[in-house]
Amino acid sequence: MALTTINNVKITAISACVPKQTESNLDYDLLTESEKKLLVKTTGIENRRVARPGMCTSDLCFESAEQIINEYKINRDEIDVLIFVSQTLDYFLPATSIILQDRLKLSKNTLAFDIVLGCSGYAYGLSVICSLMSNGNFKKGLLLVGDKSTFSLSKEDKSTYPLFGDAGTATYIEYDTTASPIDFNLQSDGSGYKAIMIPDGGTRSPWTKKTDKKIVLEKGVKRNMRNLWLDGIEVFNFSIREAPTNILTLLDYNKTTIEDYDYVVFHQANLLMNECIRKKIKAPTEKVPYTLKDFGNTSSASIPLTMVVELKDKLTKQSNIILSAFGVGLSWGSVAIKKAKINCLPLIELD
Amino acid sequence: MEDIAEFIKKIEFEMDEIEPDTIKPETNFRELEQWSSMMGLIFIALIDTEYNVTLNGNDLINCVTVNDLYQVVKSKI
Repeated sequence: MALTTINNVKITAISACVPKQTESNLDYDLLTESEKKLLVKTTGIENRRVARPGMCTSDLCFESAEQIINEYKINRDEIDVLIFVSQTLDYFLPATSIILQDRLKLSKNTLAFDIVLGCSGYAYGLSVICSLMSNGNFKKGLLLVGDKSTFSLSKEDKSTYPLFGDAGTATYIEYDTTASPIDFNLQSDGSGYKAIMIPDGGTRSPWTKKTDKKIVLEKGVKRNMRNLWLDGIEVFNFSIREAPTNILTLLDYNKTTIEDYDYVVFHQANLLMNECIRKKIKAPTEKVPYTLKDFGNTSSASIPLTMVVELKDKLTKQSNIILSAFGVGLSWGSVAIKKAKINCLPLIELD
Repeated sequence: MEDIAEFIKKIEFEMDEIEPDTIKPETNFRELEQWSSMMGLIFIALIDTEYNVTLNGNDLINCVTVNDLYQVVKSKI
C-alpha cells in the first residue's frame, strides 16, 4: 500500500496561469438549450479557458514559475529541482522540464525531469518532489503542473469537448526542518487504462492514415484516434468508488478525521461526481471549494488552480488541508498537509 | 428495498421539468423527452447514493424500462 509520510518540506507558495480566451458552454452549438442547462447543472461547468494555437502548457507553467521567482526574489542559481507534470509536452523529446530549466534561466546544476500523469498528477508530483528534497540535499524546488487538454479534444464530441479547460501552475517547495510531515496515499490501476485515452500516436499504436478518420459513436459524438476518448460511466464509477476509500485510508493511517481539516480540495472533474465523493467522506460543503464553473476540468492543474482562485486569502492562515486527485491511468491519490501556510499568488491570465 | 413507486419518485425528482406520474414501470426511459446520456450519470449517482449500488455501463445498456432498472438495483442490494 502506497502510504507514506515525508518530513522536512514546506509548500511555500502556489501560482497559476490560464489562457485569457474563454469559451462558454452556453455557446456550444452541438447541445440543445435543455442539454446545455442539464450539462451546466450536472457537471457544474459553464466556462472554460482555451489556449490559442501555439500556446503550450509549458508557457502557462513558465509564467507561473516567473511569478513565484519574482515574488520571492529567488536567486535562480539556488533552484535545485524542477519537475514538470503534464500529458501535453512540448515535444516527444526532449523532456519539457529541461527546456524550462533554460527558459527560466536556472543553473545547469538543476535536476529536471518530466512526469507524465494527468488528473492525479498534482498528488504524485508533490510526493516526488517532497521525497527528493526531504533529506536536505536540495533546498529549493519548483513543481510545474498543468495541461493543454483542449489540444486533443474533438469539437464535434459533445461528451468531452464541454468538460475541459487549459491551465498551468507552479508550486514552490522549500527544505524546512520545522515543517509538519506531509502524508500521502497513492494508487494505480492500469486495468482501466482504456477509460480515458488518446489511442494513437505512441509506439503501441502509431499514427496511420486511419488516425484522422472521424468515427461517429452517436449523434453529437464524433472523434478520431488522435482525440481524447472518455468512458464517462467507467470513470464515474471508478472515482466514486476509489477516491473516498483512498482518503479514508489516509485518515486512518495518520490518525486524523475529516473534522481535523479546514479544506478538502478535489481534482475538479465534474460536480455530480465530486459531490458524491464529498458526501461519502462526510466533508461539509463549506470545506470543499470548486472552480468548475469558470475553468472546467483542468487536469492536473485543477487542485493548485482551485487553491489559487478559491483559497487565496484563506491559506495564509495556518490550515490543515486534504488534496484528492483521481482519473486517467487509472491513477489516484490523496495528500494530507497539516499546519500549512501557503501563499497563493494572484491568478495570471495569458493572452 | 422499497417498492417501485418510491424508486420512480426518486427518478422523477432528478429529472427537471417532468410532470409527476409521467414515469411508469414499463416506461422506456430513453424515450423520455428529458433523457440524454448525462441522465445516465445522474441515475448512477442517484442509485449509488440512495442504495449504495454500483451500476456499470453494461447494466445500463441492458435496461430498457424503468422496471428493468429497478430489478437490477434490487438484485445488487
